[in-house]
Amino acid sequence: MYGWVTALSVWALPALLAGILSVALVRRVSVYEAFVEGAKEGFGTAVAIIPHVVAMMVAISLFRASGALDLLVSLFRPLTELLRVPEEIVPLAFLRPLTGSGALAYMVDLFQAHGPDSLIGRMASTIQGSTDTTFYVLAVYFGAVGITRVRYALTVGLLADLAGIAAAIWITNRVFG
Amino acid sequence: MISVIWLGMIVISIMVGAATGRLDAVNRAVFEGAKTGVSIAIGLIGILAFWLGMMKIAEQAGILRALSRLLAPLVRRLFPDVPPNHPAMGYILSNMTANLFGLGNAATPMGIKAMEELQKLNPDPKTATPAMCTLLALNTASLTLIPTTVIALRAQMGSGNPVEIVGTTLVATAIGTATAIVFDRWFRRRSGGR
Repeated sequence: MYGWVTALSVWALPALLAGILSVALVRRVSVYEAFVEGAKEGFGTAVAIIPHVVAMMVAISLFRASGALDLLVSLFRPLTELLRVPEEIVPLAFLRPLTGSGALAYMVDLFQAHGPDSLIGRMASTIQGSTDTTFYVLAVYFGAVGITRVRYALTVGLLADLAGIAAAIWITNRVFG
Repeated sequence: MISVIWLGMIVISIMVGAATGRLDAVNRAVFEGAKTGVSIAIGLIGILAFWLGMMKIAEQAGILRALSRLLAPLVRRLFPDVPPNHPAMGYILSNMTANLFGLGNAATPMGIKAMEELQKLNPDPKTATPAMCTLLALNTASLTLIPTTVIALRAQMGSGNPVEIVGTTLVATAIGTATAIVFDRWFRRRSGGR
């Protein structure tokens, strides 16, 4: 299994590039010109995102540094204990929608403390892959086109995170517990 | 909505920081957060430029049109208010495909391109349309077949079987995505959209 999964993840990108370029070749697209024309937009898009990502990152950074996140985790402790969620996993569940790099770093900490093949290590791995960083995705996708009234998008994203993380804890307990 | 959460996070952080005597850390966090935000956005320039270039080639070669024609019946149900032959469809599909194969840094430029196309259909450029909310829901749930980053980190940390979590991840991400679609539908209907 490890063999074909790594093969797939190594081959996905080169295959995609080769695929796009060979179709372009057959259709006689002037590939270099097209590439440069498209790539030109990269800078402007990145710059358009800056204010949105800065706003989000300041709030998240404050939330972690001030201890507000720890407080939130401890407020939920009675509930998470009732649901038999391992204590070490709870902070990860709260970090995941807020910061991708923060959650990844926390997962590595758990790997170091418990080993990647422990139940906690497997649970952390599953949570990490089960959902994306909602706040970041929202800032980048809506920021790029200047949307500031997001309507119900954040609520849906967070509900999906909740379901994904709960599912991750449940399925890991069932399969590996 | 986003204003309330943003303001709430900052006000609560300052209050908690003051109560626990961590205002030093709060001060530092403001500037660290701002710096991280800029470096994330600047760090995106290379990937964005590269993939937007590749996407332009794919567009001119007719790949995006072919892709959206092929998979349109599937996606049309999720995006009922986007005309089936609209260029947004091609980008939405490339975004979903890239997510599926774990090409996270290709998915972002494609998703942004899809948002730009959806923005052209938007009567009010500051407010998200239902189609935009659906695209965002799909991306925050990020349906992935192969969680590449996690597998790589597990291997690096000496896991005996780094890919053993592919199955559990697939179940969790499928449930997350299904939840996103269901709630997106529900909110869309409640807000008077189709």
